Amino acid sequence: MSALSNTNSMKALSVTTAVSDELQPDIKFKMIVENLNFSYGSVQALFDISMKIRRNRVTALIGPSGCGKSTFLRVLNRMNETIPGTSMEGTVLLDGRNIYEDFDDPSAIRTRVGMVFQKSNPFPKSIFDNVAYGLRVNGIKNKQLIIQVVEQSLRRAALWEEVEDKLDNSAFMLSGGQQQRLCIARALAIRPEVILMDEPASALDPISTAKIEDLIGELRKHYTIVIVTHNMQQAARVSDHTGFFYEGRLIEYGPTKQIFTRPAKKKTEDYVTGRFG
Amino acid sequence: MKTIELQPNTNSLEVVGHLKFGRKRRGFIPRGVTFLAVLIILLMLAVIIGNIVIGGTPTISWEFLTHPPEQGMEAGGVFPAIFGTVALVILMVIAVIPIGVFTAIYLQEYTSPKSRITRLIRIAINNLAGVPSIVFGLFGLGFFIAFVGGGLDSLFYPEEGPVWGQPAIIWASLTLALLTLPVVIISTEEALRTIPRELREASYALGGTKLQTIWRIIIPQATPGILTGSILAVSRGAGEVAPIMFTGAAYYLPYLPTKLNDQFMELGYHIYVMATQSPDIEATKPLLYGTVLVLLLLTFSLNSVAILIRSRMRRSRVSAQ
Repeated sequence: MSALSNTNSMKALSVTTAVSDELQPDIKFKMIVENLNFSYGSVQALFDISMKIRRNRVTALIGPSGCGKSTFLRVLNRMNETIPGTSMEGTVLLDGRNIYEDFDDPSAIRTRVGMVFQKSNPFPKSIFDNVAYGLRVNGIKNKQLIIQVVEQSLRRAALWEEVEDKLDNSAFMLSGGQQQRLCIARALAIRPEVILMDEPASALDPISTAKIEDLIGELRKHYTIVIVTHNMQQAARVSDHTGFFYEGRLIEYGPTKQIFTRPAKKKTEDYVTGRFG
Repeated sequence: MKTIELQPNTNSLEVVGHLKFGRKRRGFIPRGVTFLAVLIILLMLAVIIGNIVIGGTPTISWEFLTHPPEQGMEAGGVFPAIFGTVALVILMVIAVIPIGVFTAIYLQEYTSPKSRITRLIRIAINNLAGVPSIVFGLFGLGFFIAFVGGGLDSLFYPEEGPVWGQPAIIWASLTLALLTLPVVIISTEEALRTIPRELREASYALGGTKLQTIWRIIIPQATPGILTGSILAVSRGAGEVAPIMFTGAAYYLPYLPTKLNDQFMELGYHIYVMATQSPDIEATKPLLYGTVLVLLLLTFSLNSVAILIRSRMRRSRVSAQ
């Protein structure tokens, strides 16, 4: 990451997020959500959710389809704002700053809270340009720097060895698993602090899934990760903390081990033991 | 179909066999009728094109393509009209593509499809597509030449005679652009609608603004659709006579248009002139055939260039997938 600590690049990336307030970010928690309500038009999707997301840990969100876990994930980087007709109440803090009030531009949030989607969605561009996209839209023009960051990001996403001699090929030539790792590399390139993953392995074969899970294990050293998953074993394998969502409410939230072995709530137990869902 | 529902318990193989036989026989008549309709169209097309090719080919020569009309249009060629048509169409595309594409982007990306304003704009565009072309011609005369051109003249050239306030290639091409605008808007919108939401979200999630997303992701993705629109606009625009007869096309010109406010000769209008204004129709007939053939070939080749570009872009995208 040496090239990335280049002060110029840091400035370019953080210039849009500069706020002069002296805030003491919570050491333990990266993001704090308080009393969150969210609606699509007249349909309320999330009810009074409060959740503290730990720094440099993997937090898994589980629950049956339509329980609001993906909606919650998308609240964390203001992606829900791209959908017309939604409304939200409550606060979402990132290192103590309200992401909905202290930032005018949602794109500034999204460079700090990156996202990987369920369906790999590379741009119809070359592998290189896919990873460089985030840098370019954030105003970085230094070619040397872009080349370095692209390589580092692809290395971090465990994809470099497979693509290093075909960076100019279209991203669509990659397999599904490779495409998803490319999307992770693309998200890493803008140096986010938090990475949101929305069922990142649900469309992949077991081998690719294992690679993504290994990768998550690596990434947690540097990033705070929130992952939505349908796969209970996956949640148990990769996460440190787990939150169980049901019908728009956060039913239970705690260390993954506890959620899976001695859940406090009956609903949680029924779900993790496969009795419903 | 009803037989199946009525006899659920009969031997299924038998029923299927029976149905197949019956369907084949019943299907013959609709198939025949529809095929006849296709045959009529194909025949008409063959007659039209065959007639033009047979009548026009003897006239076409290097001389014909590179010389201006001579002897009151009873001899010589059509070069000025070819030149004028190409120039007209190019100017029209330059005007119609940005306006059409930006309109489509506005409708698709910046407004909600359900809002009253968007629906009103859509209705307006559809109505624009239904306006007869002669009305566009008169509108061009009144708006572009008299109002815009006349206004420019009284502002900048009050002493001289009309500079912009007269029929000219710029006004004719703008009138044609107006006529072909709905085609470009509709096909661009179609293309924008097919771009998956995931691509936009990927761009937003990387900190891309709306403008960056439109510029770097959406427009490149929509380019084949935009090209389709321009192909349709070119084929529509190159053949129209009514909108340009008041706005810039000339009966005969001894020079080629070199400035935006020059008049010009155009193939379609040239055909109209030769067919209706010639004192000796028999003498101009071969030339008329030749000119029609040239217009057809020109429209086809303009089309095929655009189709070629589009299919190349599509292929690169398909092979990418």
